[in-house]
Amino acid sequence: MTLLALEDIRKSFASAEGAVPVLQGVSLGVAAGQVVALTGESGSGKSTLLHIAAGLEAPDSGRVLIGAQDMAALPDAGRAKLRRGTVGLVFQQFNLVPSLTVGANLAFQARLAGVHDPEFCAALAVRLGLSDLLARYPEQLSGGQQQRVAIGRALAAKPKVLLADEPTGNLDEATGDAVFALMLELARAQGAALLLVTHSARLAGQCDRNLHLRAGRLA
Amino acid sequence: MTLTALLSHWLRNKVQLAMLLAGLTLATALWSGVQALNAQARGAYATAAALVSEDGASRLVAPSGQMDQARFAELRAQGVLVSPVVEGRLAVAETRVTLLGIEPLTAPQGTAAALADGDLQAFFAGAGFAHPETLAEFSAPPMPLSPSNAVPVGTLLVDIGTAQRFLGMEGQISHLLLTGPAPDPLPDGLQLAQASEGAELEGLTDSFHLNLTAFGALAFAVGLFIVHSAVGLAFEQRRGLFRTLRSLGVPLRSLTLALAFELVLMAFVAGLAGLALGYVLAAALLPDVAATLRGLYGAPVPGSLQFSPVWALAGLAMAFAGAVLAGGQALWRLWHMPVLAPAQPRAWAMATGRAMRWQVAGALALGGVAVALAWFGSGLFAGFALLAAALLSAALLTPPVLALGLRGAARLAQAPVAQWFWADSRQNLPRLSLALMALMLALAANIGVGTMVASFRATFIGWLDQRLVAEFTITPRDAAQAVALEAFLAPRVNAVLPLRRVDATLAGFPGAVFAMRDHATFRDNWPLIADVPDVWDRLAAEDGALINEQLARRANLWPGDSVLLPGAGSVPVLGVYPDYGNPLTQAIVTEGWFDRLYPGTPTRQLAIRTDDPSATRAALLDEFGLSAQAITDQAQAKAISMAIFERTFLITGALNVLTLSVAALALFATLVTLSGLRLVQLAPLWAMGLTLRQLAGLELARALVLAGLTMVLALPVGLMLAQVLLAVINVQAFGWRLPLQVFPADWAQLALWAGLAMIAAAAWPAWRLWRGGGGPLLRVFAYER
Repeated sequence: MTLLALEDIRKSFASAEGAVPVLQGVSLGVAAGQVVALTGESGSGKSTLLHIAAGLEAPDSGRVLIGAQDMAALPDAGRAKLRRGTVGLVFQQFNLVPSLTVGANLAFQARLAGVHDPEFCAALAVRLGLSDLLARYPEQLSGGQQQRVAIGRALAAKPKVLLADEPTGNLDEATGDAVFALMLELARAQGAALLLVTHSARLAGQCDRNLHLRAGRLA
Repeated sequence: MTLTALLSHWLRNKVQLAMLLAGLTLATALWSGVQALNAQARGAYATAAALVSEDGASRLVAPSGQMDQARFAELRAQGVLVSPVVEGRLAVAETRVTLLGIEPLTAPQGTAAALADGDLQAFFAGAGFAHPETLAEFSAPPMPLSPSNAVPVGTLLVDIGTAQRFLGMEGQISHLLLTGPAPDPLPDGLQLAQASEGAELEGLTDSFHLNLTAFGALAFAVGLFIVHSAVGLAFEQRRGLFRTLRSLGVPLRSLTLALAFELVLMAFVAGLAGLALGYVLAAALLPDVAATLRGLYGAPVPGSLQFSPVWALAGLAMAFAGAVLAGGQALWRLWHMPVLAPAQPRAWAMATGRAMRWQVAGALALGGVAVALAWFGSGLFAGFALLAAALLSAALLTPPVLALGLRGAARLAQAPVAQWFWADSRQNLPRLSLALMALMLALAANIGVGTMVASFRATFIGWLDQRLVAEFTITPRDAAQAVALEAFLAPRVNAVLPLRRVDATLAGFPGAVFAMRDHATFRDNWPLIADVPDVWDRLAAEDGALINEQLARRANLWPGDSVLLPGAGSVPVLGVYPDYGNPLTQAIVTEGWFDRLYPGTPTRQLAIRTDDPSATRAALLDEFGLSAQAITDQAQAKAISMAIFERTFLITGALNVLTLSVAALALFATLVTLSGLRLVQLAPLWAMGLTLRQLAGLELARALVLAGLTMVLALPVGLMLAQVLLAVINVQAFGWRLPLQVFPADWAQLALWAGLAMIAAAAWPAWRLWRGGGGPLLRVFAYER
């Protein structure tokens, strides 16, 4: 069953020279439990596509289907609600909430969506190796630990769709591999559709499918 | 190149630049504006002093307030260098002025200067001189008048003969100015009065000017908070640039010098703008200040401002000093920054618990100083030092106390957004702390000064009702008319209560002794703070005197003590009465005793008790042809007193509003500057499903909550300020102590203003967040920040 479907997505940005097309009719689908890697050169539109999939950015045209709902057709409040309950996001910069403890960060989105399961969250913390760090603040953690918190936060709400933008880009290779393996394992275990943006062909090779974006089109 | 790179930051952050310049401009403007007011007033006192005395000259006075002109000739013949002066109040239509009669040939140099450009022949023939502002008040001057800036405002300078004619003092003079050494022994029946009028004014108005200076300093400090905040945040934002420049080989010394030059440049621009604004501000406020000084102290201050280069240079120096004070920390931090310091923006140094602990320690130390000053200090400066220490201590304690409150709220919060709201507010507190400290100071100053003024107003109104019980008062033209009026009125009204006074030095302070007729009007109404049993009977029996609160507090004389009255020796103090609005000391003895002590003292006013004021008034107008100005009814007197009261605090109110505005600007500057740094903290919440509208609403709510909490903290600080103003500063400055009264409705109004100021400050960043469509937040995910 396809949980995330992008249909003929087009997006351009205004510049001094006029509109610069970034995405020119991109269509893709990610099924439940499937992991799809999206690779491409810098500026090829990978992150923009991911932001559109998350409802953080609106496409100029095209549809973004999360399950049966068209994210692109919803107003800001509707997109936020869908994101809250259905989409998990993992960023290269971790983007944790600096004022909350690790424990509060882990549970935040799940509580926001009203689906917080303390036992599941505790088990997730154990699985991510964070159970001893729950009282700490993000700034007191290493990069690898912070990214594990970000993954845990995204998964704690049991999202249908997981979107990850260069999740290991800020980590060394060994730590990155470990974090990536953990994310794959947990996402598959939850049956989430995972769309992963990465520069790394090695990581992309571990995914179920590999899509390459070039000049705004899937190659 | 280095400087260009540094300055490019401001081109990209124009609002931040505008805030920095606005902060320094406002700080300079408020400070230099207040200094301009003070300088103008002090210049006027010096003019007044120069007109009637040599430097430090004394005068010879008679206890009755007048002496025969023959005393002048007699003393000159004995070789005593004296010059006669006739002084009195003259009413011309609606205008009341001081008529100062001098004898030009023997007058002091200051007087000669006033006459230097005039026509002496015309002067002897009855013409006079007046300040251009005084001249403008007359539609029909009482005599030919020429303009002179050497004559104080509200004074007409005429020949002694002219003054005697207008004041009905033929053959009499008010006092003799000593233009040489004082004779030893003093001539019979004459006393030496030390201070000249100008010097007295200087002393009397010191507290008023100190008050203004304190407000100016407070506003300057609040303005510097803005500058410090803007410079500090710009430093944080440019850490990456500093690192890059250092990595490219720019020496630390060059970088620091470039940053210092940038600061000096801004100080110069803002200093000039501040001076211009300060001048405009002072010119706008001067008429009120002048009216206050005239009403409260009788000080002749002109209502138009004169430019002084010294004032301008001092203002510019303050702008530089302020810039160095506010930006010094940034220079220090740059000097000590490692070449590869992390480029990530980080919170202010105060964010660390260690810095907070130092802050608390500093606050406690200052609190200790304040307590010590309250316990052991005395005098006006000790009072202001106490205020400064207490306010600074409270300001330093504001962020830690707010942090405690926010931590408590976070613990109580259940919902995830609420938990984040409180935790995030606490985390951002260090960045907002300077602006919140400025807001706390401004609010506390508003509450404190507002409470003091309102307490004073309430007490003053009650006191006026007690003191102004006579249906009306008459100001006779001269002593003969006073006698005739009393004789005419005595059978027609319930009571005629004459007012007679002589100037006197009481316990070393300038003042006057008054006569009081034994009458139920006084027995039933005259308010007393402290008294002996049967005070009125004992006063009538000439057992002693009443003294005013000013004399009681300055000389520490209370019922049971004795006061030295000229001509009477040491007499018991029977009671102490409040005497608001009067800067001088007073003593009251019963009428008969007064007339024996100071024979020949003319009656200056007559208070009339009557059941039919309008008929009495009409009879007076028919019989004596009195002008309407000569009769003041009770309502008029109250209105005049209240007008003087309100005008006195007009300047305080204006400065209050300005200080609060500066604090609001500080908040706006900080919130606008912070809005860029806030994106990193808000972006994850947006990604997790909060809408832009919710985030903008939460930002506004945070501003309101912080304003509310700051207001709660400012309340006890403001009340403490009011108590110090009422119990220490007022007592030292004016000589009276008032009970503290609280006015919660005023606080609610102020809280509303604070909330509105905070919403105004937070609205623009919140609006940009909401209407920005998420673009700025997206950049958080896209690029390294």
